[in-house]
Amino acid sequence: MRKSQGEGIFLTIGHLIILLCALCAVIPIILICISSFTDNDTLIRNGYAFFPEKWSTYAYRYIFNSGNSVVHAYGISFLLTIVGTALSLAVTTSLAYVISKKDLPGKGILVFLVFFTLLFNGGLVPSYMVYTRIFHVKNTFWGLLFPNLLMNGFNVLLMKSYFVTNVPNEILEAACIDGSGECRTFFQIAVPLAKPIIATIGIFSGIAYWNDWMNGYIYLTKRTDLYSIQNLLNRMIQNIQYISQNATVLANANAGLASIPAVSVRMAMAVLGVLPVIVIYPFIQNNFVKGITLGGIKG
Amino acid sequence: MRFRKYLPLYIIALPGLAYLFINNYMPLPGIVLAFKKYNAVRGIFGSAWAGFSNFKYLFSTQDAFIITRNTILYNCAFIVIGTVCSLTIAIILSELNIGIKKFYQSAILLPYLISSVIVSYLVFSFLSTENGFLNNTILKALNVQPVSWYTEKKYWPFILIFVNTWKNSGYTCIIYLATIIGFDRAYYEAAEIDGASKWQQITKITLPMLRPTIIMLILLAVGRIFYSDFGLFYQVPQNSGALYSVTNTIDTYVYRGLLELGDITMSAAAGVYQSVVGFILVFSANMIIRKIDRESALF
Repeated sequence: MRKSQGEGIFLTIGHLIILLCALCAVIPIILICISSFTDNDTLIRNGYAFFPEKWSTYAYRYIFNSGNSVVHAYGISFLLTIVGTALSLAVTTSLAYVISKKDLPGKGILVFLVFFTLLFNGGLVPSYMVYTRIFHVKNTFWGLLFPNLLMNGFNVLLMKSYFVTNVPNEILEAACIDGSGECRTFFQIAVPLAKPIIATIGIFSGIAYWNDWMNGYIYLTKRTDLYSIQNLLNRMIQNIQYISQNATVLANANAGLASIPAVSVRMAMAVLGVLPVIVIYPFIQNNFVKGITLGGIKG
Repeated sequence: MRFRKYLPLYIIALPGLAYLFINNYMPLPGIVLAFKKYNAVRGIFGSAWAGFSNFKYLFSTQDAFIITRNTILYNCAFIVIGTVCSLTIAIILSELNIGIKKFYQSAILLPYLISSVIVSYLVFSFLSTENGFLNNTILKALNVQPVSWYTEKKYWPFILIFVNTWKNSGYTCIIYLATIIGFDRAYYEAAEIDGASKWQQITKITLPMLRPTIIMLILLAVGRIFYSDFGLFYQVPQNSGALYSVTNTIDTYVYRGLLELGDITMSAAAGVYQSVVGFILVFSANMIIRKIDRESALF
């Protein structure tokens, strides 16, 4: 069919709008990438720019040569993400599998217990009290790993509905008849069949751990050696803000500013902070999008 | 006998249930803190009762009004502008061919995966008073005086709405796009044969068929209208005191009360206020969704 002229114009305008949106989405990221490769003096003189006068790889050389806290924080972030995602998947999958069992006595209560957490929560203050007073997670690695991120009721319900619709009960029952115990059925039959949803939830949880700064911000008050890359970035921007706001009061404002890394180094750190996400993005995108669609449709 | 058969299943579910108990249920009794006169030595349960006086005090301050107003108004703006943007993008994307569609979709979803700390760096690279891209390049080119962005209140509602739309449109857009792709192409073919233009197809077929999804997503967002994205309101304005009156939401107020000002009871009272009103809203939103379409309801 021949496309009419009106349709052509429509498509062109549409294309322009979408191009603009896509540019808007990536431009800030490109700007910090370029800034991280800009000579620091140029950056201070001309400001952040897309076409800097002078390029430099000083920031990256500084970060990787001086053996400073950045590499360490990076290590913590990786460790946290890997351990956190693995634990989170183990806990989420097992609970989701059990509450997907139709004939389990007390199933209704268990589903409700998971579901209620989506509707009502005590908020920050009581949970801070529980974690600091009873579990003493303050200034420990547990403080990064445990609060709020380890399991999320929404993911449990998402996985449960996958088990109900995509893992046929007949297969599980057949395994039982063949003498497979409940544990074996779970590990050898149910888990392999649920691989797609496990991958999706793993991505959600991995991104949540990599991006989290809140747990470190709340629970790491002294142990800055446990800072993840997000916490380190956060601390740095706060120090800058504090010094510039109190510049007149602080006699040693200059000394303070000198101890903060150069602008280009800060930008390089931010780039390193998003880099893993951008690198794995093409590989996880399909699964991630599927997960959003699933979650969106089921609330 | 029956119980013995299921025992392994309960054991499999145990880690998940234990986590729910610790993370979500143990903090609940701590809610009474909002009704107490907190004494650190005696602990939450040993402190004397204060009845509703914490709440009375909270609502007698300007703060209660400001944080409620900010939380609700920002959310309303996010819902309206976010819906319009993601709908527009989804509809245009659905008209493009597969290869290019995937490319644009990846770009637009990317900001959703970036942590709020890094978003605050991105925003800072544009808004920094000394080196920011806006002050140094754009405003200079337009011959406008540089603006001290982090102390000028009047710009922030726009900045926050923009950043939120930038970060979250990709996500909602995917849900709309998945719905549009699921539509029966026969409607469009028939419309084309009858000579309907693209614009007519969108307004007469796509939008009416999307209506249930739009209503559902809006209702879900309305249910969450008492909650705000802590990272957006705390990190992006860099906790700048000059901006509090336009950036303080219930979540940032609770956080500051607990960890910056040490005003735990006030913070707890605000937290309970949020939990209770939030619960009522989520619950009512769900009831309405249930009336419209049982399948989409959470419960």
